[in-house]
Amino acid sequence: MGFEVLLKGNNFIRLLGGLGVALYISLISVAISIVFGIILGALMSLKNPVINAFSRVYLEIVRIMPQMVLLFIVYFGATKVLGINLSAEVSAVIVFSFWGIAEMSDLVRGALSGIDRIQYESSMALGMNTMQTYIHVIIPQIIRRLIPLSINLITRMIKTTSLVMMIGIVEVLKVGQQIIEANRKSSPNAAFGVFATIFLLYFLACYPISVLSKYLEKKWEN
Amino acid sequence: MEEILKINNLSKKFNDIVVLDNLSLSVKKGEVVVIVGPSGCGKSTFLRCINGLEDIDEGEVLLDGEKVSRNKKNLSKTRERIGMVFQSYDLFPHKNILQNITLAPIKVKKRKKADAEEEALKLLDRVGLLSKKDSYPRQLSGGQKQRVAIIRALIMHPEVLLLDEITAALDPEMVREVLDVVLSLAKEGRTMLIVTHEMAFARAVADRLIFLEGGKIVEEGSPAEFFDNPKTERLKSFLQTFSYE
Ligand SMILES: Nc1ncnc2c1ncn2[C@@H]1O[C@H](COP(=O)(O)OP(=O)(O)OP(=O)(O)O)[C@@H](O)[C@H]1O
Ligand SMILES: [Mg+2]
Repeated sequence: MGFEVLLKGNNFIRLLGGLGVALYISLISVAISIVFGIILGALMSLKNPVINAFSRVYLEIVRIMPQMVLLFIVYFGATKVLGINLSAEVSAVIVFSFWGIAEMSDLVRGALSGIDRIQYESSMALGMNTMQTYIHVIIPQIIRRLIPLSINLITRMIKTTSLVMMIGIVEVLKVGQQIIEANRKSSPNAAFGVFATIFLLYFLACYPISVLSKYLEKKWEN
Repeated sequence: MEEILKINNLSKKFNDIVVLDNLSLSVKKGEVVVIVGPSGCGKSTFLRCINGLEDIDEGEVLLDGEKVSRNKKNLSKTRERIGMVFQSYDLFPHKNILQNITLAPIKVKKRKKADAEEEALKLLDRVGLLSKKDSYPRQLSGGQKQRVAIIRALIMHPEVLLLDEITAALDPEMVREVLDVVLSLAKEGRTMLIVTHEMAFARAVADRLIFLEGGKIVEEGSPAEFFDNPKTERLKSFLQTFSYE
């Protein structure tokens, strides 16, 4: 079945290491996306025309451009054209954050606009100031709406990190290919075993997150 | 009796359209004033101006003789003293009933949690909802939610309570349970400003009624004068819309 190649040498450990690289890049990007996405989303809901024009163009660019093109632009563009020496990992984090911030800000804007004006008003009417209203009334409601949606975004980002092998980062898919190549003669079926294992690894990484999201969604449904 | 709330020459415009036109009103401690009038005449806007949810263009609001300042900090202080319940269900959906009621006393009045909870439970018991203390707003009927909204305002010990059509969104069979609570508050001597379309209730609860139209007080009087002997044609025809003769 081709699973035996994984038992050779430290192949399985290498595969795990590759997954680690993918998770590492996506988690850093996710963290950046959440922080700046929330800030941008909050700014967007101020309905300032300049901010709105800027964010519309930004969101459009992110939607139109394939992530791979962005990766190439940042990695090769920065190094070759601007002469800045960006490592592949840094380029990957930049591109995934660029994408994640856009998606996250849109989710935040949606969650904010879904909160009825009466929630602010009844909180204020109880004597709470703006700060207390946000901390105790608005933000907890936003978080409840946001978490399931952003978890979906996180799992998409983890999956999409497989693109980074295109700029030479040795993540799980790349390690898999290397193992298959190295054992082409001895285990012709290695491809199946390796990819099945990778499938399982991705599943193990993403499934708990998605279970958590379902659980929270259920718990918080209004 | 002493005067608790005084509104002097209040005017309010929305995009150059005059909604409240030079309104003055004085409310005594313990008095229940009911405001009625056709839809869009400015009743909600009037209540919202009193507790500063809307800015006012001219005039002033005095609470216990002090001018209600429009600066943010003082506004929160004022709102602690003026309770308000809205037409739409406005409970906080992420908090259970007990937390909904105790949030403001704990965060704003800095009361001890146990102390606030004790009072909240008493109030819940009073409106017959003690068993719902751990429920979430989505699990309550409209009438139950409005009763909770009332005690959420009451626990702040407001000097004046503003009620804006608090039964308008309810199914008819739930109106009574909410209005009964308001009636009992009136008997207790609470100062209230009530906007309602329930004329029988208005008559029962009011010490004084005000008919608002076009942003102005067209007529005011005691329940008997107001309903049995309206002076203006305006009020007569308004009251007629509620009868089936
Ligand atoms: N935020 C706003 N912006 C612009 N116009 C407003 C705003 N709020 C209220 N108005 C207008 O002001 C007028 C008075 O509104 P208000 O809500 O005070 O009336 P109301 O007497 O409470 O009516 P109803 O019985 O339907 O509740 C209406 O014509 C309304 O369209
Ligand atoms: Mg109204």
